[in-house]
Amino acid sequence: MTEKNMPLWEVFIRSRTGLSHRHAGSLHAPDAEMALQAARDVYTRRGEGLSIWVVPSSAITASDPSDKDALFEPTASKIYRHPTFYEVPDEVGHM
Amino acid sequence: MTDTPLFTYTLRLADNALVLGHRLSEWCGHAPMLEEDLALANMALDCIGQARNFYTYAGEIEGKGRTEDDLAYLRDCDGFRNILLVERPRGDFAFTILRQFFYAAFMHPYFERLSASKDERLASIAAKAVKEMAYHLRHSAEWVIRLGDGTEESAARLAEALVDLWPFTGEMFEVDETERALIEAGVAVDPAALRPLWLETVDRVFADALLARPQDGWMQTGGRRGEHSEHLGHLLADLQFMQRAYPGSTW
Repeated sequence: MTEKNMPLWEVFIRSRTGLSHRHAGSLHAPDAEMALQAARDVYTRRGEGLSIWVVPSSAITASDPSDKDALFEPTASKIYRHPTFYEVPDEVGHM
Repeated sequence: MTDTPLFTYTLRLADNALVLGHRLSEWCGHAPMLEEDLALANMALDCIGQARNFYTYAGEIEGKGRTEDDLAYLRDCDGFRNILLVERPRGDFAFTILRQFFYAAFMHPYFERLSASKDERLASIAAKAVKEMAYHLRHSAEWVIRLGDGTEESAARLAEALVDLWPFTGEMFEVDETERALIEAGVAVDPAALRPLWLETVDRVFADALLARPQDGWMQTGGRRGEHSEHLGHLLADLQFMQRAYPGSTW
């Protein structure tokens, strides 16, 4: 099984309880249709899913771990961004 | 033979599903990739689930107190009524996929029609099985296309599987006296009437798979009358060993 014939895919499942698709894991498949079917067989065996996305792993651009400080450190001192200073009305529902 | 036609008919449906389910289960832990290992095991479990429903109903029709387990584990080869196609050894991946495609392309429309049977039990079992066979058909057809239009090796293996399997496809469409009366009564499905649709499905997928459909020649037959190949005996030895060696054991 070569990477050329069986590239890696990332699988996202929208569960019965969840609102958005969440990363479930990855798998090998020859193309998008087979990746969807494999995702169904590998990641929705216990009735977890309502919807599946598959994305070629090569299409993902990831942040560099060594950029961690530059990317994330500046937010640490901005506690006013946390929504803890006001009450969310019940009617708003999920935010 | 004192079996009623409805018993024999239900048993045939059950035996097809059990034997094919067992063949698929033989891939568990041996498939070419993890993804397909799970896919084949999923399909095996679908088939075995269908078999359980049909066996339970067959036992009730017979009225001698036999359970699904008695029918699955305590009959010998000549008691089985499955078609020969499903008892062929699992072969390589191309063989397993092509067999599943031939079977699902037949059983999907078959169960669709059986879900409108005048027999409510058969209809309800079939209604559940339709969705399962739709996935078997989709999955196996996509693989047939990718193997046929894949690498030199995958195409050669698929072509070889086709030569081996084609003579076993004719038995799916046979109608005998047992079934004729049930078909006329609206209980059973007429398999012969499904052949044009089946050929259409095969031709459509083969066109994408760059495969040529063989000319119809002599077709194998006998399984539905209890005349089996030697392969079924080996399969049953595996399947029935525990109940034969330790009668009544449970876990």
